[in-house]
Amino acid sequence: MNELVDVSMTVNGSQVSRSIAPRDTLADFLRQSLELTGTHTGCEMGVCGACLVVVDGRVVHSCLTFAVQAGGSVIETVEGLTERAAIADLQEAFHQRNALQCGFCTAGMLMTAYSLLSQPGIPTRTEIRDALSGNYCRCTGYEAIVDAIENVARLRNAALPDRTREEAGA
Amino acid sequence: MKARAFSYARPSTVMEALEAFAGCGGDASYIAGGQSLVPALALRLQAPRSLIDIAHIAALRGVALQGDRLRIGALTRHCEVLTDLLIARHAPLFRAAAPHVAHPAIRNKGTIGGSVSLADPAAEFPAMTLAMDAELEIAGRDGTRRVPADAFFIDLFQTAIEPGELLVAIHVPVVRPGHRWAFHEFARRRGDYALVGCGILAEFSGDRIERIRIVFFSVGNTPLRARQAEQSLIGKRLDAAAVAAAQTVVGDDLDPPEDEHVPPAMKRHLARVLLGRLLGEIMRQEP
Repeated sequence: MNELVDVSMTVNGSQVSRSIAPRDTLADFLRQSLELTGTHTGCEMGVCGACLVVVDGRVVHSCLTFAVQAGGSVIETVEGLTERAAIADLQEAFHQRNALQCGFCTAGMLMTAYSLLSQPGIPTRTEIRDALSGNYCRCTGYEAIVDAIENVARLRNAALPDRTREEAGA
Repeated sequence: MKARAFSYARPSTVMEALEAFAGCGGDASYIAGGQSLVPALALRLQAPRSLIDIAHIAALRGVALQGDRLRIGALTRHCEVLTDLLIARHAPLFRAAAPHVAHPAIRNKGTIGGSVSLADPAAEFPAMTLAMDAELEIAGRDGTRRVPADAFFIDLFQTAIEPGELLVAIHVPVVRPGHRWAFHEFARRRGDYALVGCGILAEFSGDRIERIRIVFFSVGNTPLRARQAEQSLIGKRLDAAAVAAAQTVVGDDLDPPEDEHVPPAMKRHLARVLLGRLLGEIMRQEP
């Protein structure tokens, strides 16, 4: 029962293969085996949202996925999104608006914001708060985080050519 | 907060999964989305020797119209329930409940089959399965069988699924002209478990209610039909007096357990308020 199993997946564009224990969560695999420590483990039971990563195009909790389940999947972590500048504007807005203090929750917040803003249109503040309902921040009181995400939504929308904006239903 | 060591299998057919379970002598759990199971493993509330990952079994996927039934594969994720056009049209109470199920990241991975087979008494989809009079298709090594939702939810986290069996699909009778429905829940915050929730499916003949199913959740060990409230409405025109009569008897339908946060009297009160709002909503819907 303590045997290791071989698992392969694509992480931030690179193919990785490791021998792991089935009980290892994807969060521990990313942090310990791959040393991608931007993904944080807080509650390790799917409540706090600090461990969110993109798996096959959808944001999920890496603490609620065993790495072995993700064999064959395409994973993107906060490091990957940062390197390809997919969240550069969000990171800048979080900085500008003081949307973080200790920073522990920030990677998860950015993941949720990345996912929310990949949908067309500008979300309302209520929709932003709904999207963030599974992300805990014990420092900021959320107001600045909502501000930062709202600002980026507006900036991104304004940067779209008019025709694209119409197609996006905005 | 780490699961005990276990072995892992990834079958590609239902039969392989059933055989894998039998091969472990029953000390195993099926895992699909794992959004309830993994926390239970992390907290060591459960510690099976084997996990059988059913997430790659094609026969458990997909949503398809089959005559007057909508077949929803057990692996359909909550986020898919939210966006699937067939579900929105033919099984609308699932669509109405979906935004209230947990948080976006949980909805991206959790499956409707997992939710229904776990049968958490505070969960939305088991209750809506009951409200829509769905049938549950269950596979065992001797073949598959179908169980009506009325006979499926037995007790707290206990269903008609026997150890080793697997929920394959949910078969929902499609809504027809004359059907009206409404769903809502009271929760402290979006994504929290409901304090009280309710879904109603009513079939009208002209302006009178011919059939109605009123299902509450988070009020006891299983999703619960409010039979006296249902009975009080059958054959009636839905007006303020009928709503008030249903609200009067619904308290007797419920027997909520003691709860330090939400005492039974508060649950009954919330249930009355919710029933009034939902029947009012149905009253205002165009026939």
